[in-house]
Amino acid sequence: MQFLFKTAYNDDIRFLAKTGEKVRVSIVVIFLLAAPLFLQDYYLAELGLLLVYAIAGIGLMLLTGHTGQVSFGHAGFLGIGAYAHSVLLTVGFPFLLSILTSTAIAGLVGMALGRSASKMHGFYLAIATLAFGILIETLFGEWSSVTGGHMGYAVPALQVFGVPLTEVWQQYYVDLLFALFVVVGAANLFRSPTGRSFVAVRDSELSARCLGVNVEWVKIQSFGISAAITGLAGALLAHHLTYLAPDVFGVLESLKLLLMIVVGGLGTILGAILGAIVISLLPVGLSFLKGALPPAIGQTAGLEPLLFGMIIVLVIVFEPAGLYGRWMKIRFFFETFPYYRKSSFVRQKSYLKTERMR
Amino acid sequence: MSSARTLSVKNLSIEFGGVHAVDDVSFDVEPGETFAIIGPNGAGKSTIFNLISRLYEPTNGTIHYGGQNLLDLPAHRVVSAGIGRTFQNIELFEHATVLQNLLVGRHAHMHRNPFSNFLFWPGVRKREIEHREKVEDIIDLLEITQYRDERIADLPYGARKNVELARALCAEPTLLLLDEPASGLNNEETDDISFYLDDVKHDLGVTLVMVEHDMNLVGQVADRVMAINHGKLLAIGSPDEVRENPDVQSAYLGVTE
Repeated sequence: MQFLFKTAYNDDIRFLAKTGEKVRVSIVVIFLLAAPLFLQDYYLAELGLLLVYAIAGIGLMLLTGHTGQVSFGHAGFLGIGAYAHSVLLTVGFPFLLSILTSTAIAGLVGMALGRSASKMHGFYLAIATLAFGILIETLFGEWSSVTGGHMGYAVPALQVFGVPLTEVWQQYYVDLLFALFVVVGAANLFRSPTGRSFVAVRDSELSARCLGVNVEWVKIQSFGISAAITGLAGALLAHHLTYLAPDVFGVLESLKLLLMIVVGGLGTILGAILGAIVISLLPVGLSFLKGALPPAIGQTAGLEPLLFGMIIVLVIVFEPAGLYGRWMKIRFFFETFPYYRKSSFVRQKSYLKTERMR
Repeated sequence: MSSARTLSVKNLSIEFGGVHAVDDVSFDVEPGETFAIIGPNGAGKSTIFNLISRLYEPTNGTIHYGGQNLLDLPAHRVVSAGIGRTFQNIELFEHATVLQNLLVGRHAHMHRNPFSNFLFWPGVRKREIEHREKVEDIIDLLEITQYRDERIADLPYGARKNVELARALCAEPTLLLLDEPASGLNNEETDDISFYLDDVKHDLGVTLVMVEHDMNLVGQVADRVMAINHGKLLAIGSPDEVRENPDVQSAYLGVTE
């Protein structure tokens, strides 16, 4: 066991208080920075895509994992970011301005959705967000004068300050830069009043309200920030896709984002990143699997959605806290060796809750 | 810290589809006193609290606190008017640590801007530390230092009760609504609570209004008691007076003579 001796208030605010955490995070950051040196282009592009999905996952995590508002339509924001960015680039906006504007547009649409969703709970919220996702997908398909409709839309090449960044490693560093920015920013939120009010709304709207949290406004903020971050991911994703089509941002993509944060572990930023790793590695693993399986099974269409579904069911049954929860248990096992028992992580069900007033 | 403010409730009524949960109740709570509300189950005690915290809209009546009309405020502004509260079934943020819970308690005093929070500008850190100092004072007062970094989900029931009281105090209220502070606690813990409430009253100068079933605790800490039944006021007076009141006795014991 490691004990932390706190001597200043800053000790509570600081990131990475433990030495082990510092070491692990440094290793990951160094690996990410050095990746172009030893990874082939194909894998580097996959890693870039992973980072983009991690950004989108963090976006959805803020809303669903931290504020407790489920969204079945987040691919809509991914799409808004992607289309807005591509259209603005085509019109002649410079890269940075375009990505900022499309992030802001996604954020504003998110706030508008949050405004109407702020009084909904549970099933109603799920259905409202699902409807939103379908609406946005339809809009991309039908608004062909701007989005190119079902014919698709070609994304202009990545170019920053007039310098074309067409090499895979150049694009990778752009993704990495934004990913680091979002991870640090999201972590910042949770050591400041805004993030705490999100968690307060998730755990008890009633007492949050009585402590001065404007619950409706917090939900609108959460929808806005979440949509903006997901929109940013969408803008970066556009450069990976190079060609946008409405059905890319459909319900399946929303479910994929949701699967990501559930598998990763709800309520933690690390969970979103772990989920992104699973989602990105799954197709790679699947292609290996397809080769190994007999053709009758391996070549069947729909193997991927089937596996996605199976994984989500298995995770919910066996590890509701997701990969993050499993990681905590493994760490705890080593920290307290040899005292760890299976029941070490069994939690008592919560005491009586006031259900009459939401 | 406290300013002389009176909570004055006049002709307060609320109906839920024909049920008069609170029926024409009037009372004043003077600054600095401890006021207890007693009554059998379903008498409307918690409903009065929910009306004062603006979670319910009254059908009739007025609630003023220090000259301010509380009915003008939405629920999340009541705490800024100086009224904090706890809940009968503990309503803590279960998946957050004690410290984070207490910091949410400071929310009404916090300057919050999502953009500067996202970027964590130096000003944000400075204010965070200022608020932490306030929170530490409350942690010391209620002696919950050992739980500081624990998650609420890992805490025993009695400790949660203390943490909820602490969280309400972090908002620096001048009047505190306590919904059954001793429910579910053993005798020793109840003694502790009455000791802490004494501290809160004398050190912080907070006016206390509590709903409580434990008549020993009420006798120990309350200056005045109000008894209600079926939403109607039965008696207001000193604990002994109310205990002797025949209406109160019949409400509790069902004596009809």
